[in-house]
Amino acid sequence: MISAPDDLIQLLTPEGQRVSNADFPLDITDDEIRSLYRDLFLVRRWDNEATALQRQGELALWAQCMGQEAAQIGAGRALAPQDMVFPSYREHGVAWTRGVDPVAILGLFRGTTNGGWDPRKHNFGLYTIVIGNQCLHAVGWAMAGMREGTNDAVLTCFGDGGSNQGDVAEAFSFAGIYNAPVVFLCQNNQYAISEPNTRQMRVPVFHKAKGFGFPGFRVDGNDVLAMLAVTRWALENARAGNGPALIEAFTYRIGAHTTSDDPTRYRDPEEVEYWKARDPLLRVKAYLDSVGTPQSFYDSLDAEAEELAQHIRAGARALVDPQPMDIFDHVYAEPHALVEEERAEMAAYIAQFGDLSARHGHGGH
Amino acid sequence: MATITMAKAINSGLRIALERDEKVVLMGEDIGKLGGVFRVTDGLQAQFGDMRVIDPPLAESGIMGTAIGMAMRGWRPVVEIQFDGFVYPAFDQIVSQLAKSHKRSAGATRLPIVVRIPYGGGIGAVEHHSESPEAYFAHTAGLRVMSPANPYDAFVMIQQAIACEDPVIFFEPKRRYWDKADFDDTVDVVADPAGVGSPFKARIAREGTDLTLVAYGPMVRTCLEVAEAAAEEGRSLEVVDLRSISPMDVDTLVASATKTGRMVVVHEASVFCGVGAEIAARVTEKCFWTMQAPVLRVGGMHAPYPPARVEHAFLPDLDRVLEAVDQAMDY
Ligand SMILES: Cc1ncc(C[n+]2csc(CCOP(=O)(O)OP(=O)(O)O)c2C)c(N)n1
Ligand SMILES: [Mg+2]
Repeated sequence: MISAPDDLIQLLTPEGQRVSNADFPLDITDDEIRSLYRDLFLVRRWDNEATALQRQGELALWAQCMGQEAAQIGAGRALAPQDMVFPSYREHGVAWTRGVDPVAILGLFRGTTNGGWDPRKHNFGLYTIVIGNQCLHAVGWAMAGMREGTNDAVLTCFGDGGSNQGDVAEAFSFAGIYNAPVVFLCQNNQYAISEPNTRQMRVPVFHKAKGFGFPGFRVDGNDVLAMLAVTRWALENARAGNGPALIEAFTYRIGAHTTSDDPTRYRDPEEVEYWKARDPLLRVKAYLDSVGTPQSFYDSLDAEAEELAQHIRAGARALVDPQPMDIFDHVYAEPHALVEEERAEMAAYIAQFGDLSARHGHGGH
Repeated sequence: MATITMAKAINSGLRIALERDEKVVLMGEDIGKLGGVFRVTDGLQAQFGDMRVIDPPLAESGIMGTAIGMAMRGWRPVVEIQFDGFVYPAFDQIVSQLAKSHKRSAGATRLPIVVRIPYGGGIGAVEHHSESPEAYFAHTAGLRVMSPANPYDAFVMIQQAIACEDPVIFFEPKRRYWDKADFDDTVDVVADPAGVGSPFKARIAREGTDLTLVAYGPMVRTCLEVAEAAAEEGRSLEVVDLRSISPMDVDTLVASATKTGRMVVVHEASVFCGVGAEIAARVTEKCFWTMQAPVLRVGGMHAPYPPARVEHAFLPDLDRVLEAVDQAMDY
């Protein structure tokens, strides 16, 4: 059974006690902590709504982030507006902090789009499914920033399994050699689909940083305050010209890998119970209760979550299906003869039927 | 005799290979306890242990490269790539090393590796899970490329691929994993090849006289449905199941084209520079004077595989193939 080691950087215990860490002091008000709780709570609601939508057949798939919200919100709230993020596919909490509409993300999982937002508008890259690809993009973005003389940092996310991918190791190399302002965030949720850490690594992920010449930290990924403090330090350190850092957020994927997965085939239910007791929301709630947060705060949060849920449900159903002619848009930036020819062929083909669904109904499946 | 899905058929074929030859090892992400995301390796790690059924770190170049190293020492790795779109990190090892080592070593180094790739669309998946990259591999000398279309062929061909002394890229039509057929899935076809033909020969899946449909993998079933529909309209279509893309059984294609005088090739992959182009060229070179129409192609567009909600427009289906049939008949 996988449990949490006791040498994690922590600022809030699972019981909701604030503790201090000399290396990562965090000056934060209770109101700010309430605001973090709001993020955690609303992202959890979004996640649950999306899972329900998948069960109802409205989404083809959903990748839950349940259990990882603190890692994502802590890191996301540490970002400055000008910082760029290169996510993988489970970064719903980080997306939330960048103002990406949850419905835009549902489009990927409903199958209406392979993108969904303008990366530059949110300084949040498109979700990247091919494990590790995005880490090199993050370094390249940072290298360009160094040449522009800008003062921003880059955050890129990957998983414990992803830490094995060549692209990730190469990203470490490049970032180290160029002293690029990149913060590598590995959410170690203990599993790469069915494969536990024991199949994926000989040393903890954060140790790898040392070999590439930059600092690595292992943080309690279920502690939003620790995640905020360490990521803030790493981003500031990067912006100050001191180069990359690697943060291993030690956390747990409470849900399945995706809604297609059956985790009962490979993990112990007791382990899941252990981690449910370390739910990142619980400790913040315990702290807020201990400092006398009024019930009205929770009531209005419930109302806000309800509103968000409605937005998500209605938004998901209202997502517009792409049309056959859309296949030909944006394949190239400049005109391309073959694409134009095939576009015309498709138009003529559709014209015969009125629209494709009016054909014999032969799905071909 | 039992009713077997294609997924189970491959599972049985792998089990037989593991039993027959102790040098056979399986490698692939999540193929152990989980049995692979499609359960094709279900139960194999429990039976053969994790020294022979390996769920390695998440790194395709690593998996491919270490498989090559093992093969250099006489082992027979069968690598599973989880989905078509995730083979590219391994592409360098496949093209630069796997394909070339036999030639470079003047035959001293054999790499009898099988790379199993669930491929193709039609399952409503997210990006990178529906691609048909077979042409990239077929274009590379040194690789054999095959794709079964039905459970029985999957059962037989996976065993033959593992026994083959050359590298084989084995494309499994994932949307047909749950198609069923009745046969005995306990026969070691390598030890007992009676009645089993070469995996590199095409198969006439349906006889006809008016036009030949050529397909492999997922599109064979589609083409059989087309032939059925066309029969109702009084047209007799022959369906050739290619089975092997490289080598390509040109003789069977030419014989069929000579008989019918018309040919339509169907695949999910984009038409431009696809397998259909090679078939069209070969058949035209051999049958120019007997053809009644040019060889036509139906396939994907010159565009990235689209989001699932519109994949039906990208994938060849009955209507699109029938349209091409009409065109060829009216030529
Ligand atoms: C290159 C590549 N290979 C395989 C996959 C299939 N796949 C999707 S997620 C996953 C496991 C990822 O594990 P991890 O990096 O720990 O991230 P997590 O899903 O746990 O967040 C795999 C193997 C993929 N998306 N990309
Ligand atoms: Mg993981």
